[in-house]
Amino acid sequence: MQNRSRWHAGLTEYLGLAAALALLVLVFSLSTRNFFTTTNFTTIANQIPALLLVATGMTFVLVLGQIDLSVGSVLGLCGSVLGVAITQWKWPAGLAMLAALGAGVFCGAFNGAVSIRWRLPTFIVTLGVLEMARGAAHAVTRSQTQYLGSAIDWVAGTNVLGLSLPFLVALAIVAASQFALTRTVFGRYVVAVGTNEEAVRLSGIDPRPVKLAVFMLTGLLVALAGVIDTARFQSANPNAGLGLELQAIAAAVIGGTSLMGGRGSVVATFFGVLIIAVLNSGLAAIGARDETKRLVTGAVIIGAVILDQYRHRLERGRST
Amino acid sequence: MHSAGCLLRVSTLGKSYGPVQALNDVDFDLRAGEVHALVGENGAGKSTLSRIVAGLTAADRGRLEFKGQPYAPANRKDAERQGVHMVMQELNLIPTLSIAENLFLDCLPNRWGWIDRARLRAESQVLLERVGLGGLDPNLPVSQLGVGQQQLVEIARSLWRRCEVLILDEPTAALTDPEVELLFALIQGLRGAGTGIVYISHRLEEIQRIADRLSVLRDGRMTGTRAVSDVSLEKIVRLMVGRDLDSETLHESRTAGPVALAVRGLTCAGCVRDVSFEVRRGEILGFAGLMGSGRTETLRAVFGADPLERGEIHLHGSERPARIRSPRDAVRQGIALLTEDRKAQGLLLPLAVRANITLAALRAVAEKWGLVRRADEAGVARDWVQKLAIRCHSEEQPAAELSGGNQQKVVVARWLFRDCDILIFDEPTRGIDVGAKFEIYRLLNELAGRGKAVIVVSSDLMELMAICDRIAVMSAGRLAATFARGEWTQDKIMAAALREHLTTKPLSRSDDAPPAARN
Repeated sequence: MQNRSRWHAGLTEYLGLAAALALLVLVFSLSTRNFFTTTNFTTIANQIPALLLVATGMTFVLVLGQIDLSVGSVLGLCGSVLGVAITQWKWPAGLAMLAALGAGVFCGAFNGAVSIRWRLPTFIVTLGVLEMARGAAHAVTRSQTQYLGSAIDWVAGTNVLGLSLPFLVALAIVAASQFALTRTVFGRYVVAVGTNEEAVRLSGIDPRPVKLAVFMLTGLLVALAGVIDTARFQSANPNAGLGLELQAIAAAVIGGTSLMGGRGSVVATFFGVLIIAVLNSGLAAIGARDETKRLVTGAVIIGAVILDQYRHRLERGRST
Repeated sequence: MHSAGCLLRVSTLGKSYGPVQALNDVDFDLRAGEVHALVGENGAGKSTLSRIVAGLTAADRGRLEFKGQPYAPANRKDAERQGVHMVMQELNLIPTLSIAENLFLDCLPNRWGWIDRARLRAESQVLLERVGLGGLDPNLPVSQLGVGQQQLVEIARSLWRRCEVLILDEPTAALTDPEVELLFALIQGLRGAGTGIVYISHRLEEIQRIADRLSVLRDGRMTGTRAVSDVSLEKIVRLMVGRDLDSETLHESRTAGPVALAVRGLTCAGCVRDVSFEVRRGEILGFAGLMGSGRTETLRAVFGADPLERGEIHLHGSERPARIRSPRDAVRQGIALLTEDRKAQGLLLPLAVRANITLAALRAVAEKWGLVRRADEAGVARDWVQKLAIRCHSEEQPAAELSGGNQQKVVVARWLFRDCDILIFDEPTRGIDVGAKFEIYRLLNELAGRGKAVIVVSSDLMELMAICDRIAVMSAGRLAATFARGEWTQDKIMAAALREHLTTKPLSRSDDAPPAARN
């Protein structure tokens, strides 16, 4: 009984998002013949892993009541480190990837540690790191795109049952993250700190390690996204990930994550990413111009949040 | 039909929020030049009634008459234009603007858009004098005022316009004693000028002092309107909760155990000087004192929430001073602090009662590697909901939806589940209605009976005298005296609370210093 109602709540939570996604797919499938094809879906599945990983990290950050504006630049930096390590320093691929992941974790740790130590809003610190990481990416690559050839082709090229390795990895990470957020002590602390940090502190729990861990985790996921994108394009561009932070926030927000903290779900963010991806690909398939795409995407973000508010009001009305 | 002097008449008023009937067939009338107190437990409908009169909410049924004419304010501004003003519990001032700008925010005197500073200043000065704040510079930003002064500024804003009905919602909740006197003098003045005043308060002694008539709401219905001089406190309480409350049974005699917490020479920058005390297991120690006397600061320092300058804390009779530099250290050593502001500093309001109860000891219902065992957690929560008789639909209900008394119990459950032995309560019954107060008192008694060391900070002397074994009295940052049960009288405690004020000037944070007027 307890479990059934929980399942029920879980289903209704994602029903709206799934319906919106299905509607989009339906509309685009009816409008053009180029959309509902295996090739198109494979393309989408290959495009989204990077955004999915970054948006997953962003969801944790937002639930914590913080924000990370640096993810796009950090992705660029991690990709650059990977590219330079392989092409210039001639490191083995595995070691180069470790270095890229390390760079991401370091950036996340820097974000967390600086905002904790000097009690700065993470908006400010990550805005600074947004600039610094992009600068560092250009510095290590001397602003040259690094062409890797086939050095790490296996990352993006491996297919299991028709699905690419990055896509499967991203799915696994979404599942693990959702589990961590909803079922573990760590996840509960993230939600609690995002809800009321002072209450958590006065309950004898130090919120600082939680904060640091969330930013480091986000750094790691961003770095992983950087490795995946670098492998997919077979090159490391210091300008990679430009504006990615806003896409990640948009995906989380479409999924119903609150910017005020305390509320959010990784699975819902997954739907958000899918909605953005389908929208982009569908609009491209019907031949919409770039300006139209941006207008529509923007409207969808705002519309999604309005709908989400109504949904919450309804739920609250029912529970009282 | 309407008697002379009847300013406002409300008949058969009804209002529902969903399935909840907030007001049911309520009749109420207000005469010109009277103070009419409105009392009732939280959720009884006082706020709904006053919000309807002030134009903030529309009624579903019933009629309102103002000076014999049908009255249906479209919004707050409309009500104010007709002379009906309300000062709410949550202040509506903009902290960064000056007093003068706040007073005239919706109609700044101007010439083609340029603010007429001289006129603004002069008119503000007049208003401030009327509320007894003539000494304040109208150009001061509101953020520099104490809560009490802000309240008076808010009242001043209502006085500028024709004010025939003034609704005051818990006006004294955050006021210091001198400010209360100022407010009462102001109310007397307005009453003399023919303004009808609706006075909402939980403090029954205040109502006996200031009000002419009193109306009691219970569960959305009016249970009676009386002349204040005709009813006793006991009678009012009975009207409010619908039953008698026996205050004699509050304190049970019990024998105190060994010393649980001993504090020696505690000093905090600016507000606490050389405070020493101890509390035993199975004992309730009260902390009395005026606002700003350093009670809260002392106990926050013991809990590690604020840094202490000097002093030692010994736990459970240990010779070695305990190392407490953060709330985390304190909790690990069995000390819990239940803050005065439950909503801002205690609860995770949108989260389930379950998550609120297990927060401090989540690891006790989790695997080593971090998985929360959901069934165990829900079981623990259900258990405590039952043990403390917390009224909620289920342990999954958000804490925000509970009443004040039940929210307090949720926080208590959190600490009992954490198995803390030393429980510090800061104003445990503030904002909690009379019926639930007695439940909290019984709970405190039970905790002491179970061998917990309980410390209670309260501004309500009657409350402390009813439940404590000993009362420590603080005055201007020092511990002025400690009384055992039977030794104290109200006069002795008040004399001790004022002691330091008669001999020395208080340190930087004096009692009426505006900012940080946390007691």
